[in-house]
Amino acid sequence: MGKINTSVEIAGIKLRNPVMTASGTFGYGSEFSGYMNLESIGAIVTKGLSLHPKAGNSTPRIFETPGGMLNAIGLQNVGIDAFIQDKVPFLRTINTPVIVNLYGNSLEEYGELAARIDTVPEVAGIEVNISCPNVKHGGIVFGTDPKAAAAVTSLVRKNSKKPIIVKLSPNVTDVTVIAKACVDAGADSLSLINTITGMAIDLKNHRPVLANVTGGLSGPAIKPIALRMVWQVAKAVKVPLIGIGGIMNATDALEFILAGATAIQVGTASFLNPSAAEDIAKGIEIWLSENGVKDIRELIGALKV
Amino acid sequence: MQFKSEILTNVELSPCYFRMRITASPGILDSKAGQFAMVRVNDAIDPLLRRPFGIYDIGSSKTPYTDCGSQTYMEILYKVVGKGTAMLAELKAGDKLDVIAPLGKGFDFGDVKSEKILVGGGIGLAPLYLLAKKLADSHTVRLFAGGRNKDDILCITEFERLGVETYVATDDGTLGDQGLVTQVMMKHLASVTSPKQIFACGPMPMLKAVAGIAKEMKVSCQVSMEAYMACGMGACLGCVIKGIKHKPEQPDYRCVCKDGPVFNAKELLWE
Ligand SMILES: Cc1cc2nc3c(=O)[nH]c(=O)nc-3n(C[C@H](O)[C@H](O)[C@H](O)COP(=O)(O)OP(=O)(O)OC[C@H]3O[C@@H](n4cnc5c(N)ncnc54)[C@H](O)[C@@H]3O)c2cc1C
Ligand SMILES: Cc1cc2nc3c(=O)[nH]c(=O)nc-3n(C[C@H](O)[C@H](O)[C@H](O)COP(=O)(O)O)c2cc1C
Ligand code: FES
Repeated sequence: MGKINTSVEIAGIKLRNPVMTASGTFGYGSEFSGYMNLESIGAIVTKGLSLHPKAGNSTPRIFETPGGMLNAIGLQNVGIDAFIQDKVPFLRTINTPVIVNLYGNSLEEYGELAARIDTVPEVAGIEVNISCPNVKHGGIVFGTDPKAAAAVTSLVRKNSKKPIIVKLSPNVTDVTVIAKACVDAGADSLSLINTITGMAIDLKNHRPVLANVTGGLSGPAIKPIALRMVWQVAKAVKVPLIGIGGIMNATDALEFILAGATAIQVGTASFLNPSAAEDIAKGIEIWLSENGVKDIRELIGALKV
Repeated sequence: MQFKSEILTNVELSPCYFRMRITASPGILDSKAGQFAMVRVNDAIDPLLRRPFGIYDIGSSKTPYTDCGSQTYMEILYKVVGKGTAMLAELKAGDKLDVIAPLGKGFDFGDVKSEKILVGGGIGLAPLYLLAKKLADSHTVRLFAGGRNKDDILCITEFERLGVETYVATDDGTLGDQGLVTQVMMKHLASVTSPKQIFACGPMPMLKAVAGIAKEMKVSCQVSMEAYMACGMGACLGCVIKGIKHKPEQPDYRCVCKDGPVFNAKELLWE
């Protein structure tokens, strides 16, 4: 039997396999170097970066729910300058593409971030997080309004020559509308889903558990919703998709690929198993060989409905 | 480091309190007192996240389980408070666990020749035993242990075997003095003039009181803090607490898992 191909391409970025890490669950990469081989996966996606360092929300910030967790970290991060100065030198030593996740509080901030990151040669691509409120416009979340999502995408497109992945929010009525708007505005790829807004209540104290009241649900609990959204978007747009949501093992990952994803991201799973991304990459290869599939690309969107 | 471990013993010490000994990689012997372990209680997805536990003890022993002579082990003390700890309590010798340890920054006791004051509230005693073990040969060590009643006071004789002088206080007086452990500690602090250093672990109100007393009496004080954790390795930023410079417009957050769990009490904001 010939060699199995696990490599895929997302917006011109060559991945040795379809497994990426999900933003906010893998730090800046170095945190996990003692637990797994960072060169065993397709790409590393960093914690979401903003123009200025951000301290994040008050505590409690996380809470476990059955099969999932809520988080309201509030996008705490070191800011783009500290990232370039302190984190890029480590990432440069790793032979794995680095994708930087960006978010802004206004349209202008997204534009400035894209221009800044465009000058960093170590960055293979940009993932734009549009699941955050537009502070200048009454806090409406960019990712829930097709016009705002398109405006962010085209400004980032204008300011950067790097491949652009737009990360979609699931907190919308029809995800395909936003997906199409982003692709029309120049997105090379879409990743989905970000966390689903939820909440938890402490009955004893009559209070919400999280200081932020609401938080984003992630983990196995959201997988069915994520799968459904990937499948819907795959039918609506032509660009390659990255599936995210509750992926814990190779089986989960392959299900997303069948639904139409070209690559996948591993998020919460890295918290319970710090080598989850590497294990999933290996598991995919084993599954392909056991099932006589010579090229992972044969499975992309191969769902029989 | 991450390792697969086998339970050697899992014993109930008093109602709801357990002591578990598990096999560990030899690297565990480098653990510092105050560091912790992230334990996955089962392979399923509920509970989803690992649970943090202080390292109570480490060592090597001859065991019938291995043919290579000695087996490195780690011990934790835990209190059953919810789903995860209830599941741990059901486990038997021979059952397997997935463990990441040692994590975080431990107690920093330098080589100052001061008297060491250990203060533990309830299950907060857990990380203090390894500390006492590391200090007992070269220092005067005193343990102040507090709880609601006698069932909350654990492993006192183990500390005494190390040569540690122990003081106990319970809310209901069923063991030791009746009252707060911090009052007993304060009485002692006032009675000796030699240099002292405090190490405390326990519930928030106790830690706050200890930090306040230490500040007032100008005694150096390290505290082991708790927070909800997801990753235990500085990646999720879920476990932060407020540092002394914290202001709403200029926040100062520290990760309990990576910057702690042990902090100098002076570095934290006590609200
Ligand atoms: C660094 C560190 C060291 C710790 N060391 C020990 C130890 O040596 N022995 C021990 O028994 N416990 C220790 N804990 C607390 C222990 O992790 C929690 O009691 C445990 O995670 C509860 O799990 P559960 O599934 O049983 O409870 P859950 O069902 O998750 O929760 C039950 C109750 O416990 C509380 N709780 C849950 N997690 C935490 C937490 N991380 N901190 C404080 N309260 C929590 C919740 O508020 C809830 O009321 C430590 C915590 C930290 C952060
Ligand atoms: C603690 C935490 C922090 C996150 N931070 C970010 C972030 O900074 N930017 C972003 O786009 N997504 C962030 N996410 C969302 C994840 O990247 C991912 O989309 C989501 O968790 C669903 O995947 P999962 O179920 O595999 O975790 C975060 C998720 C978690 C749990
Ligand atoms: S528990 Fe994840 S950063 Fe501390």
